[in-house]
This record gives sequence, structure tokens and C-alpha cells, in this order.
Amino acid sequence: MNLTLHKTCLAALIGCALTAPAQAQAQWQPTKAVEIVVPAGAGGASDQMARMIQSIVLKHQFMKQPIMVMNKGGASGAEGIMDVKDAKGDPHKLMVGFSAIYTLPIAASLPFNWRDLNPVAMIALDEFLLWVNSETAYKTPKEYLAAVKAAPPGNFKMGGTGSKREDHIITVALDKIAGTKFTYIPYKSGGEAATQLVGKHIDSNVNNPSENIAQWRAGQVRALCVFSGQRMVYKDKVTKDQSWADIPTCKDSGVDVEYQMLRGFFIPSGTSKDQVAFYADLLKKVVATPEWKDYLAKQALKDVFLTGTDFVKFLEKDETFHVKLMNEAGFAHKK
Amino acid sequence: MDELDALFHGFAIALTWYNIGMMVIGIVLGIVIGVLPGLGGPNGVAILLPLTFTMSPTSAIIMLSCIYWGSLFAGAITSVLFNIPGETHSVATTFDGYPLAQQGRAGEALTASFTGSFFGALVAVLLITFLAPMVAKFALKFGPPEFFAVFLLTFCSFVGTGKDPFKTIISMMLGFGLAAVGMDTVSGELRMTFGWSELLRGIDFLIVVIGLFGIGEILLSMEEGLAFEGKSAKINAKVVLETWKKLPRYWLTLIRSAAIGCWMGITPGGATAASFMGYGIAKRFSPNGDKFGTGQLEGVIAPETAAHASGTAALLPMLALGIPGSATAAVLLGGLMVWGLQPGPLLFVEQKDFVWGLIASMYLSNIAGLIIVLSTVPLFAAILRIPFAIIAPIIIVVCAIGAFTVHSAMLDIWFMLLFGMVGYVLKKLDYPLAPMVLSLVLGDRAEAAFRQTMMGSRGELGVFWSNSLVGTITTLALLMLIWPLLAFAWRKIRERLAGETT
Repeated sequence: MNLTLHKTCLAALIGCALTAPAQAQAQWQPTKAVEIVVPAGAGGASDQMARMIQSIVLKHQFMKQPIMVMNKGGASGAEGIMDVKDAKGDPHKLMVGFSAIYTLPIAASLPFNWRDLNPVAMIALDEFLLWVNSETAYKTPKEYLAAVKAAPPGNFKMGGTGSKREDHIITVALDKIAGTKFTYIPYKSGGEAATQLVGKHIDSNVNNPSENIAQWRAGQVRALCVFSGQRMVYKDKVTKDQSWADIPTCKDSGVDVEYQMLRGFFIPSGTSKDQVAFYADLLKKVVATPEWKDYLAKQALKDVFLTGTDFVKFLEKDETFHVKLMNEAGFAHKK
Repeated sequence: MDELDALFHGFAIALTWYNIGMMVIGIVLGIVIGVLPGLGGPNGVAILLPLTFTMSPTSAIIMLSCIYWGSLFAGAITSVLFNIPGETHSVATTFDGYPLAQQGRAGEALTASFTGSFFGALVAVLLITFLAPMVAKFALKFGPPEFFAVFLLTFCSFVGTGKDPFKTIISMMLGFGLAAVGMDTVSGELRMTFGWSELLRGIDFLIVVIGLFGIGEILLSMEEGLAFEGKSAKINAKVVLETWKKLPRYWLTLIRSAAIGCWMGITPGGATAASFMGYGIAKRFSPNGDKFGTGQLEGVIAPETAAHASGTAALLPMLALGIPGSATAAVLLGGLMVWGLQPGPLLFVEQKDFVWGLIASMYLSNIAGLIIVLSTVPLFAAILRIPFAIIAPIIIVVCAIGAFTVHSAMLDIWFMLLFGMVGYVLKKLDYPLAPMVLSLVLGDRAEAAFRQTMMGSRGELGVFWSNSLVGTITTLALLMLIWPLLAFAWRKIRERLAGETT
């Protein structure tokens, strides 16, 4: 295996030398089908992203080898994460990463750290919004949180994706800043939290744009604010009279909570720089396509592309941020 | 009749040679996926999704939904022939399907199962065609207490079905225990993994089923002298017509199961829960109920009709609300995004061609599916003529491949063998396996729903009677639980009355 790999590298090197290196092409190429490991269930935001990228790669023929999407969403994604961790040196596995890479090890004392993987690139940041049912009277986050505060503690229900995950962290942060006390109900997915909000089984959720867009367009839910430093940039009307950019930030509305979630790619550790460079280059091509731009706009994802040391620096900073939030919320696993 | 106009427009879209070709391809692929244990509808559709990226959305969904229909039809095949459920929703089909095959009536069992499936699908499609927006609102009424009540109803309709209720309960508790392994989504903590990262994802239901039923059955057959008992199955095309003659007799079971299936598909409880509930309730209310498990056609029809109705009805909330009613619907929903459609409540308004093309294709493809699977009946029934010494190793290999495909993990094959032995021992000790499987499938969902309810109500059990919907389901469930006692008391009272008059 090692020998053949060496040979292909050498062959590629000679190839490059002969055809005058006009551009810095990655020298390694996958030698068999590439697996995108999605540490989440089918149909969720990570899964949709993986399948979108798969379709773009296939359509533009960015890669000679086939590319497959594998859902390993068991144990809130720990299944997929551990699978990629254990696949040391396998350059044919590409994992979609999101904040579970920090929260899972802390909450469930999973023997994992993102440094066990080789970071490839961050391709977007996902936003979180505060949503209420549109049949309620709350128009601003202040109004809503005042009502929550006025009610007996625990009367208002916040629904979200799983326990001790992003949604739960935001809920606890909200409680802390606004002096409220929500009852947090963990569902299996953001989609479920969206439906439960429309059916009025919960009072609010903090879903990603992609998880609530369908209900928003149908006028069933109302967006109060976005947990981000700036407003979103997408100005095309999504509902009859609102675009994503029309939604104020929570900070401007007097609720100083900020949270965004990375959407990035990792390959197992023990892989070479060339292999990382190949995937970074592949993703760079993907994010340059019009299909990807269209996807970002539809899902209201923030367009950020980071590779190499920039990405590592982001991960370090983001990890510290999560460790702090998780400890403050009391989510760290008790031994 | 706006719906009829729209439907005929849909037929015009679906009835092109290209789309019909896609239908047939989809169904055949679906049958292959359905026959292989381990490879289910959701993985099958997910694996083949990339094939559709370049197609038009309507052709793409027609092909993918046909894969789903194919797998819904074909899940019963291995259940009947070898006692190995090809799909999770065909576990209940083994209870009466396999005894029928042992009596040499595999052809009848398969025909009944396929026809029941078709009937269930037809009812569900009619529901989607005419009542989608209205019924969709019903799905929104389901919060955690309602979900728990439905699961409770499924469990309760099963407790009294065994010969020995205590053995049923022990078997059910074992299933709950196994279901609790892995990550607990409500608290976010790990349970019973003993620091073993392979156990993180929990013990998959499919592995246990393949082991308990497939391997367990082979062990039993080996002990009984290396032979399948169904060898003398007479196979000819007439069996289809002969079975059809008998089916109208079971009209009540058909309708009841179709209704249960539609309901479970919309809410969404899933095809597996629907099949168990369909079987449990048919057993409870059928005049032949006590003969269930010995090879009753009704016991094959009940779960299959409910499963297919549920699988089909699961597309209703997906189309009308953007909520996936099943795991397969979730994958299809992901597909919508890739094809450039926005799922959600506006889909019916904005994408008329797509929605009605799909609905029309559901009529056509289920008819095509029925014809294709029925024509395979003699073929599959003929497999039983192959000597055990040849077929048994093949089954073990297929089981192992199936167990491996679920998570691509070697450990699962060892688990499969382990559960094979467990299944053998339990069968020898006369413990029913079905309740264990049922609680393993629904255990963690029921648990999550219960704990979500308790969080919301802050520990008040009264929430299960807090509105008429949840109150009715809960009361119905408790009635089901004590039904055997009620029936017993009723018999006693009648005996006494009869004694007094004479």
C-alpha cells in the first residue's frame, strides 16, 4: 500500500514537472472512492451540505474517483467522529465537522479532541436565530424575554436539537443575560423542533435558518433576532415582506448573546500535507461554483473560507469559547 | 374537484416513457434492497440519490420513491421464506408468514402480503390526493405527550398477545435494556457503554433482528435435522388467483390495518411501529386471534398493509409540511434541496407539477410494483426447494453482509452471532421474541417522548389526559393493557348469568 502510494506520488510529481507547473496543483489524488462521513442523521443540515457538495463535485467532475456520503449519526454524532478518529492515515475519509467536535467530548467525556484529526477547511458559518410562533404577539426579543421573565420560572419551553448542544448552550446563555428561566426540551433534530414550534408544543426555538426557513416562508413562525455580530447579508425577500437581512441582531435588540457554528471539513490524522492540500483545493473549487453560492443564500449561511493555519487558529479560539460556555452552563461531564 | 384536475395533470406528467422507465428501475432496485437484510429503504435511497442529481426533480423523486415502494413490498419476502426480516417493518410479517411457508403455503403468504401492501398503499395515496392539507394539520397536534401515548398504545396492544404475559413482559424489558445502550439524547450522557467506544452508537435493532430471527432460525433448523420444512411447496401461477379469492374475507383487517398505517405514517410513528400495531390489534380483535402465530393469512396481511400504508402516508407530512414522516422521507427531503426545490408548506402551491406528478406516480408505481412482485412469487417460492445444506450457508453469508452494512462495523457481525445464540435459547425456553424486538425499536423513542413530556409538565402525569386527543389515546392504551382481564371477567359474569337462568 505504502509503496503504491509512493509510486503514484512519484508519477504525479513527474507529470507535474513535465507539464510546466502553471498552477499549484495538489500532487496527491484519491486512489479509491472518497467517503464523506456525516456525523448526523440523514436529512439534517450537515447531511444536506454533504450531499450538496457531492452533487457539485459530481456535476463539475472535480474528482476522478467517486464520492459517497455516509451518515454516521449514532450517539449525537459521536459515532461518525470516532469512526474518523480511528481511521488514522486513511486519506479517503472526509468528515463534516460542526460544534459537536468540542461539545461532545466535554458533555459525554468522549475520548476525542479535534487535534486528533487533520483540519482541511472551514467553508461556512451557520447562524442561529430566536424564533417564536407567528400567532403570538411578540415582535421583538425584548418583549418576548420580558414575558418569559414575568411568567413563573420554567413556564416557557425552548425546544432544540439534543441536550448540551449548541441550542442548549444558547438557551442557557439567554437565561443568564436576560434573567429568564426556560425549560429546555431536547428533540432529536432541528426539523422536529421546528414542527413542534408550529404546533405550539414549545414557545420558541433557536434553529438555524435552514431548519426553520420552510415554516418562516409559510408564515407559521416569526424570527425575532439573529445571534450574530452583524445582520445577515442576504437581501432577497424570503417571506412576503422580509429578507434575512431584515432580521436585527440580538445584540442590537439589547440581548447580548452571540453564537455562530462552524461548518468545516476534516480528514483523519496521519495523513500527509499533500492530501490535506488536495481536499482544501477541492473545496475551494466547490465554494467558487454558482451552485454553492446559491446554496449559501438559500440556507442563509455566512460565506467564510479558511484553510491551513487560519483554520487552526479559528478552531483554537472557538474551542476556548465553547469550553468556557460549557463550563459556565454546568454541562461538563461529572466524574 | 380541484384535486381531480390536478391529479390528471399529474398523470400527464408521470406517464412519459422516461418516467415509466424510471419507475420500473426504481421498483426493481427497491426489491433488491428490500430482500437484503440490513440494507433498508433509507440507506438504499441515500446510496442511489447521487444518480438523480442530473435528472429533473419529478423524474428523480419518481425513481427514488419507487425504490422505497419496492423495498416496502419486498421486505416480506425473506420474512416469509426464511424467518429473516428483510426490512425492519417486516418483522411482524415473520410471525405468521414463516409458519405458512413451513406448511408449504409460501406462495399464498407472499401473495397475501403483496396484495395487502398494495391495498394499504392505495388507501394512503387516496388520502394524500384528497385530504392532504386537512390531514397535515392533524400531524401538528402531536407533541411529546401524544407521541408517548401512541407508543404506549403500541406496547399495550402487544402485552396480552402472548401465551404467558410474564414471559412477554420479561422479553419486553430485555428489549428496553438493550435500547438504552449508547448516547441518551435527553441528558446528553452515555449509558452502559462501559468505556467502549464501539458501543457509543448503541445496539442497532437490525443486528439484533438478523441475529435473533435469521441465525436463531438456522440453529433451530440444524437441530431439527438439517431441513427446511417448506420444501414441498407447490408452485404455480394459480396460487395468486386462489389467494385473491380468499382475501375479501379479511376486509375488516385490511381496512383496520390501512387506517392504523395511515395514522402512524402521518403522526409520524413510522412503518415499523405501524406493522406491530397492525398485527397486535388484528390479533386482539380477529375471531381467529388465538390462532395467530400458527400460520394465518390474516396475520400476514395485517402488518404488511399497515406498514405499506404508513410508508406511503409518511410522504404526506413531507409534502404538505416539510416534516419527514419516516427516515426514508427524510432522505427524500434532503434530495429536494439538491434538486433545487424548497420543501415546506408552500410546496403544494409553488411546485404543482412536482407534487402532483409524484402523487400520480404513486398510483402507477404501486400498480407496477404489485405486478412485478407478484410475478416473482413462483421464483421466490422455488428457493425453498433448494436443499438446506446449500441454502443455509448462503443465508448466513447474506445475514453477515446485512449486519455489516448497517454501520460498516465488524463488531456487528459478532453481535449478530451472539444474538443468534440468544434467539435460539429464548426460543427453546418458549420466550416470545417479538416483544423484545418491539421495545428495542421503539424503546428509546418512547423513553425520550416520556422524558420530554415530564420536562414540559414538570413531573405532572395528568398531562396524558390534558386534551381530548392525548386523553383518548392514553385511555385506549390502558384499556388494551387490561383487555385480557376484562374479557376474562366478562366471560365469568356471563357464565354465572347462564348458570342462574338454567
